Amino acid sequence: MKNSSLLSRIRESRLFLPLGALVLILAFDAVYAPGFFKLGIIEDPVYGNHLYGNLIDVLNDGAPLALVAIGMTLVIATGGIDLSVGAVIAISGAMGAVLINPVLGQQLQLNVEAAKNATNTPLPIIVLATLAAGTLCGLWNGLLVTKAKIQPIVATLVLMVAGRGIAQLITNGQIMTIYYTPYFWFGNGFILGLPVSIYIVLAVAILAWVLVRKTSIGLFLESVGINAKASYYTGIDEKNVKLFAYTFCGLCGAIAGLILSSYVHSADANNLGLNYELDAILAVVMGGTLLAGGRFSIFASIVGAMVIWTFTLTVYTLGVPANALLAAKAMLVMLVILLYSEFFHLFLNRLSEWRAVRPEVQKGAERGTAS
Amino acid sequence: MAQRVKFFLLGYGPLLTTIVVFILAFLIGGWLYPAMRSPQVFLNLFINGGSLLLVSIGQTLVILTAGIDLSVGGMIALTSTASAALLRAGVSPYIVIPLMVIMGVVFGFTLGCIIQYLKVQPFIATLMGLFFARGMAYIISLESVTIRDSFYKSLALTPLQLPFVDAYIYIPTLVGPFMLLVAIYLTYFTRFGRTIYAIGNNEQSALLMGLPVARTKIAVYAFSGLCSALAGIVFSISLLAGYGQFATGMELDAIASVVIGGTSLFGGIGSVIGTPFGVLINQTIVSILQFNGTLSSWWTRIGVGVLTLIFIGIQSVFYARRKYG
Repeated sequence: MKNSSLLSRIRESRLFLPLGALVLILAFDAVYAPGFFKLGIIEDPVYGNHLYGNLIDVLNDGAPLALVAIGMTLVIATGGIDLSVGAVIAISGAMGAVLINPVLGQQLQLNVEAAKNATNTPLPIIVLATLAAGTLCGLWNGLLVTKAKIQPIVATLVLMVAGRGIAQLITNGQIMTIYYTPYFWFGNGFILGLPVSIYIVLAVAILAWVLVRKTSIGLFLESVGINAKASYYTGIDEKNVKLFAYTFCGLCGAIAGLILSSYVHSADANNLGLNYELDAILAVVMGGTLLAGGRFSIFASIVGAMVIWTFTLTVYTLGVPANALLAAKAMLVMLVILLYSEFFHLFLNRLSEWRAVRPEVQKGAERGTAS
Repeated sequence: MAQRVKFFLLGYGPLLTTIVVFILAFLIGGWLYPAMRSPQVFLNLFINGGSLLLVSIGQTLVILTAGIDLSVGGMIALTSTASAALLRAGVSPYIVIPLMVIMGVVFGFTLGCIIQYLKVQPFIATLMGLFFARGMAYIISLESVTIRDSFYKSLALTPLQLPFVDAYIYIPTLVGPFMLLVAIYLTYFTRFGRTIYAIGNNEQSALLMGLPVARTKIAVYAFSGLCSALAGIVFSISLLAGYGQFATGMELDAIASVVIGGTSLFGGIGSVIGTPFGVLINQTIVSILQFNGTLSSWWTRIGVGVLTLIFIGIQSVFYARRKYG
């Protein structure tokens, strides 16, 4: 009996499913792609010696998704959804590229060497402007949801549709290559042998954690997600709580955009952050946050994001083309949905009940045979 | 009488606004670019918007049940690629087209079952459907597949001369209006249609009234799948190719057309009659941009996004009064 209660406690833990999935995928890698775990130290003249390997790639490539997932967790906790994160990433990436070199949209850069250290705006201002652009997008979403009372799906869909158009207008319809070297640090740099992006994710995660767990904001978010009207009557400013969640999600999207555009050295309004909304929602759902809102866990969502990237890199390692990955990912979503569906929970409950009941039944059966 | 007019306006206000906006948009286009005044340009709206119209019709029915179908663009990509690959393999088009239609219905049916029985939110289930369909299209072929079949070519290249004006359309253009008639019949003259409205207004009540909620909801998604498969066929005929990247973001255009056409995203209010006008507005913006030639095509998306917002506002003004006033 003690065993099964421990089992059910583990099963009900928020981190159980994402960590379980991570272990499963890693176990699969251990068998079919042994090179997956290889770690090494590479000497890099630009960023110093640092670690490399698939596991580091998972952390580095998954960082933007983890960031977006943090923001998305808060939004989903309020019972909303943000479909515009991909567009926000594109907008903030475009913003950064334009501030570095506004001429690039009109003409091709010919003198690459000279462009390496040339920038039109100082780096701190570029970063601030990029973050401000994303935060504004989030604020816009939040205002549409709270003040205009549009359903979150539709309100954010508008920015999802128009956002990439706005990004195209910022970059003047071109894919803008970035030559300015200091900008690359966010996506490619290393601190103490580990990618910079990991530290950024950690910082944002800790900031978010302190905000939601050490102040009452987290409680407000959950109560708004469970019952917005009831929270309103208990005196919680439901609108401002939602506004905060969307704005924060916009900020997270902006940081992700900064890292992504820095990582790929360019701003492509069409493809930067493409499909991130699906991945982020998937990461949050994997982390056990219900789409209906309510209780949430930021760290479970980050683990969810890591699961997605481990899965992605595994599929790449197996040689599946990138575009076909979409179908595999869709199947993964389906699996996760099935695991979280009422149907499966009923099944699990019945299974554990059956296990708990079985000794009694056996005893009864023994008694029956004895008499 | 005044009361009647008021109710008429409250019920059909958004639809009338849409029609006025469309006429205005077209007049502005004609005023700016004299070439836009020819009847052919007007018909081109239907020719180019054929697949969008089809997809939007299916989408309207889904949105009327307070659901949403994001999988339509993926379905177009999958249908076009699958049919192109089958035709390249030498399968007769008379087999390919029914096969694609069946595939669309089965796809929509499956999504409907997932939504209904696994209690998954429609937008998550159909988003998954979108990625699954697009991924399958890429698995079939990573590159664009050209269609060289003579039947498809004749459908694509034979213009039908209209009787009184000097203008033409193509045979696939007629599929959209035909499905529109089917959808109008379904929503206005059958029990199925009334059940759709009942579910959209209040699913719980519909269930308690003994209406076949599960069956109707699944059927609606299957119908949307059918429409998207037809749209995919029309799309592949007009471009004579199949590719996984076709119709990116089409679901958003379709939802926007439905909303602009006066259907409420909360479900239960609106009509399939408004949808073609939403599509026409979308296509008018596209053609104005084409006639201009210097503006980025991305203005279409921005314009459609802004219009959608405006129309959501208009709807909330009209429909909220109708419900409580």
